[in-house]
Order: sequence, then C-alpha cells, then structure tokens
Amino acid sequence: MSRLAGRFQQLAQRGRKALIPYVVAGDPGLDVTVPLMHRMVDCGADIIELGVPFSDPMSEGPVLQLGHERALANGTTLRRVLELVREFRQRDADTPVLLMGYANPVVHMGYAAFADAASAAGVDALLTVDIPPEEVAPVNAELQRVGMDNIFLVAPTTPDARIRRITATASGFIYYVSLKGVTGAGHLDVADVAHHLGQIRAHSQLPVAVGFGIRDAASAAAVAAVADGVVVGSALVNAMAKAIEAGGDHEAAMAAAIALVAAIRQGIDGAAS
Amino acid sequence: MSSELKNSVYAAVPDVDGRFGDYGGKFVAETLMAALAELEAVYRQLSADPAFQRELDEDLAHYVGRPSPLYEAKRWSRSIGGARIFLKREDLNHTGAHKVNNTVGQALLAKHMGKPRVIAETGAGQHGVATATIAARLGLKCQVFMGEEDVRRQALNVYRMKLLGADVLPVTSGSRTLKDAMNEAMRDWVTNIDDTFYIIGTVAGPHPYPMLVRDFQCVIGREARRQAQAQTGKLPDALVACVGGGSNAIGLFHPFLADEGVAMYGVEAGGHGIASNQHAAPLTAGTPGVLHGNRTYLMQDEDGQIMHTHSISAGLDYPGVGPEHAWLKDLGRVHYVVANDEEALRAFHTLTRVEGIMPALESSHALAYAEKLAAQMTPEQVVVVNLSGRGDKDIHTVAQIDGIQF
Ligand SMILES: Cc1ncc(COP(=O)(O)O)c(C=O)c1O
Repeated sequence: MSRLAGRFQQLAQRGRKALIPYVVAGDPGLDVTVPLMHRMVDCGADIIELGVPFSDPMSEGPVLQLGHERALANGTTLRRVLELVREFRQRDADTPVLLMGYANPVVHMGYAAFADAASAAGVDALLTVDIPPEEVAPVNAELQRVGMDNIFLVAPTTPDARIRRITATASGFIYYVSLKGVTGAGHLDVADVAHHLGQIRAHSQLPVAVGFGIRDAASAAAVAAVADGVVVGSALVNAMAKAIEAGGDHEAAMAAAIALVAAIRQGIDGAAS
Repeated sequence: MSSELKNSVYAAVPDVDGRFGDYGGKFVAETLMAALAELEAVYRQLSADPAFQRELDEDLAHYVGRPSPLYEAKRWSRSIGGARIFLKREDLNHTGAHKVNNTVGQALLAKHMGKPRVIAETGAGQHGVATATIAARLGLKCQVFMGEEDVRRQALNVYRMKLLGADVLPVTSGSRTLKDAMNEAMRDWVTNIDDTFYIIGTVAGPHPYPMLVRDFQCVIGREARRQAQAQTGKLPDALVACVGGGSNAIGLFHPFLADEGVAMYGVEAGGHGIASNQHAAPLTAGTPGVLHGNRTYLMQDEDGQIMHTHSISAGLDYPGVGPEHAWLKDLGRVHYVVANDEEALRAFHTLTRVEGIMPALESSHALAYAEKLAAQMTPEQVVVVNLSGRGDKDIHTVAQIDGIQF
C-alpha cells in the first residue's frame, strides 16, 4: 500500500480528518521549507502538499502567485524541490508528500526522469493542475512504474460521466476543487461541496480532500464535516507573507504558519467530535 | 477549401483530441474542461450550419469590409529589384487589423451560446479593440486583460477600448505582457465560467481554440489565393507573415498548404537579436513544452520556467506560438525565420515613405523579411506579404525612438 493510501486508512480508523497544508517550496526562503514541513507535522498536518513554483501559475489567485514569484526569485527549481523532500525524508519517513504544480517543469525534465528522481527523493504523489485525464496517460505510466500516485482534480463543473472516468483512473485520493475560481477565492459554499462529494462517492471508494477557498478554522471545520480531508494553502502563504511584511524574519513567518495550522487542526477535530 | 487541401494531411489536423502531431491538446485545469467540450460541440455544429456561415459572411462583408484588397506594391518592389510584392491589406479591415476576422466569428459563437459577457487578452491592443468593438455592437459586457507594460506602450488602443465601453484591466504579474494577460484571462474565465465567453485572440490556448481561430482567419488565405490567381494568373511563389501567436500567418498559409510550389515564411520577432536572448522567437530558438493549454515550442529556461521575451512590437511579444506552427515547423512545410527590432523599424519607415502605407510594427517584421527574400527572386515571381495591421497604434513607440514626445 502506498504511504498515501496507508495514511488515509490510519486516519479513517482513528476517525480523524486529514489536514493537508500547502506551501510553496522556497517561499519565503529555501531555508524555511524543510523545518516548516516538520513543524507543520508536529502540530497536526497529516499530509504535506508542496507547491512547485512556476512562472505562469494560471490557477492561482494573487496570494499564491506572489508565493510562486518569491520562490522563483529565491532560486527554487524542480530539482531543488526534490532535494528539499529528500532532506525532509531524513527525519520523517511516514508523512506523505504530494507535489502540486504545473505541467511544464515536469514535461521539461521528462516524465521518466521526473518519476525516477521524485520517487528516489521520497515524493509520494504528483498533482499537475494543467494535466487533465485527456493528457495524463504518458505521465501516469511513469508514475505507476515507480509506485507514485497521481492526484486528479474534480471541479464543480465536472459532469457526472467525467467524474466516473476520473475516479476510474485516480489513486491515492480525489482532490475536489471547492469552487469555480482560482486558489484563495472567498466564495465557498459548503452545501454545494457536500452535494458534489456525494456524486464523487457514488463512483469511488477513494478518500476525497477538498481545497481552494478554505481560509481558517471555521471554514476548515465546515468542510471537514463532509470531506475526508481539507487542503489549506493561500491562508498559510498569506500568513507568512504578512509576518515578513510586518518586519518579521523567517522564524516569525514559520511561527505564523504553524499557529494557523494548529488552529485549523483544532477546528477540524472539534467538528469531528 | 481546394480539393488538394481537402485530401491532404493538412486538412486532417487537429485530430479529435486537438492534436497537431505531437502538439496542441488540452492542458488546462479540470474546471475548464466541460466548457471546452461545450465550445467544441457548439462550434462543430454551427460551422456546419449554412445559416451560421451566411451570418458570418455578411458580417465579414458589411461590418469588417471584406474582401481586403491584394495590393501590388510596385514602387517598393521596383526599389528592391526582385520579385513582385503584393500586400494582403488586412490593415484596411474595420478596427485596423486581421484580429477582427476572428472576433466576429467568436462573438457569433458567444451570441449563439447565450453568454452575456466576453473577455479577451491583448498585447498590441488590436485584439482587445476588435473584441470591444464586437461587444459594443452585440451589447455584450466586455473586459480586456492587458499587461501593464503594454498598457503603457499601446495607450491609444487602451483609450479606444474604453471609448467602446470595455473595461481594460492592467495585469501586473510576471512580465506584464501578453502571456500574463492570457494567464489573467484564464483565471477570470475559470471564475466566471457560467456567463462568460473567452475570446482568445490567436491560434494558441487549449483545443478547440487553435482550430477555430485558424478557421476564422483562413478567409485571408482563401481570398489571397483567388486574388493572386485573378491578378497574376498563377499562385504566388512565396507567402510571408509575421508570427506572434500565429493567427495572421496560419490564416494566410493554411489554404495554400497543399500547393507544393508555394514557399512559406513565418517571421518571428528577433528583438535585439537571437544571440542576445532578448527576443520572442520560440520556433527559431525555443524547445517544446506546455503553456496556456497546449504543447508547443516555448522560450523556457533549463528548469522549464517560461522566459521573459522582448520585441519592439507588443503583438509579437509572446514566449509561445500556436501548436499548428510547431507541427508545420517539424514537417518542414513552413520556414520560420526572424526579423529583429531594427529591421522591422526600418521596414516600417520604408513602406510608409515608398507606398504611403503605414504598417503595424508586427507586420513590419514580415515586410523586413520579404524585402530580403524578394531581392533574391526574379521579376516573374510573386511574393504575398500579410499586412496584418495598420501602424497608427505604434506611432508613440516610433516617435519615442525618434526622440519625439507628444
Ligand atoms: C497587427 C498585428 N499583427 C500581428 C499580430 C500577432 O498576432 P498573430 O501572430 O496571432 O497574428 C498582432 C497581435 O496583436 C497584431 O496586432
């Protein structure tokens, strides 16, 4: 069983919902990422989603666009991201790590070379925003060869027949995009999310995590009540950016992110109990 | 479509997956996939519908002013002393460029789909102006995304769009040019997908856009083919067009692709020169990758990040290119070459002074290459250059280079 599937199984047995924080690798600094990953795990993260920065992050809202820009300015490349995961793995063999990014850096490295390097570094899964099922076969073949999961998105606009097709190819978990829009948007509708999760579950036993638009303990708790996991990204990246803007150092940025992760963990657990 | 073309490999692309060989496809977020499928279905249905074709033809004739003339630039040809050069006068279209051929078509699709709002990305502002124009005529709400850098250098077109009732939204992310405007338009579309039609301005983006924009622009080449035969008694020996995203070039080239005797030259923006790395010539100096929904040649670094581009002309300042051009390059059917800033500027002045026609800086790249090409040809030979747009919008840029402030 993959590390990711195993983690979801453990969580289900314990009646706990997955908290999946997202940060952009290399933001606010390359020195931050690995310690931040460990500290997020310490205060309740179950899976780490690491953003691979891209020059043209078409699905990101303003907060994550800036995160990608800062990470690139700090010299973060896909190879560097894999090194960071390798470093993280030296002290944590259990927490699944999912890379989320855009097609081109992976295409440029080559699907086979990426799969080899990523699995060797200890990456568990890949989510490329702009590789839909229609384009996924070549990359999927390589990921399967090395035992990595490929995480698919399902959106509010995905028709039922497509959901069936996506869930048939998916592994690890399904990532439900909670709204029509970019990351960090603010119009989350929990009843609508619950309705779509019902549609997905009619076709698949896989756990379903929900992302886009979850900002705080309250929205995380509301979503966790209906989902198997919640992804929180823009809020964390924004908390770190604000801390730096206020004159804080990298330590202060990490502290701000950790505090938010802890609060969201509490919110989720409160809702589950 | 000529019978040769209909039976050729060129008529068989894109395939059902939107591929031109290895290029093209639909590399977008899941949220957009259903909308792309719907657009494709509507387009396939309407493009086979004679009533829709009639509506489009009427708009092209009476609103755009087609057919555009094929004008023999005799004085310029003589001064070069080689082939006869003919200019396909897309600059004489309503709104001043070829862009309107496509916006008229896509706006009709939007109307048939009942979408009350259209959005567009623009570089030079010509596509933005063409979109704002059609939106005004059809009573659609219109928002145009434009890089902050382009808002500055194409101020005249920004004001035109505002007069037409469109909102122009300056984009401050990334390199603040066309590619960033396209990112922002995609973000808007994903957010407002229920009521919004995204009118893409070139043969890029995810399938079906490269196909439908090409189809709408092919009116250029169909007319030119007919006109050349009528005016010179034969098909042209060579075609020349500038390549930004590649819509004016594919529009001219496509109807001739199966005519083996017709050589084709797509002219990319050489900027400060290929060696300087400050250019916008992905077919000449780039490598394949994925951007804006399709696989094509890109200007990218060793990490797969998209590089900043440079061109004197905002409409060519783009790091990618339509996937059909990528395919035609690999096939060797079209030659892709460059003209740099300085050469384009010189051609701008030459045509203005010798023929009394002020070309857009984008089109000036095609003119610059055509001049070199024609010089090596004979007076019996014919070159058709796509004069994709007029130069009024570029007067500020040219004046600034000449040290003149208004
Ligand atoms: C006059 C003119 N020509 C050419 C272009 C380049 O676009 P394409 O390569 O799609 O024809 C533009 C784009 O703005 C333009 O305004």
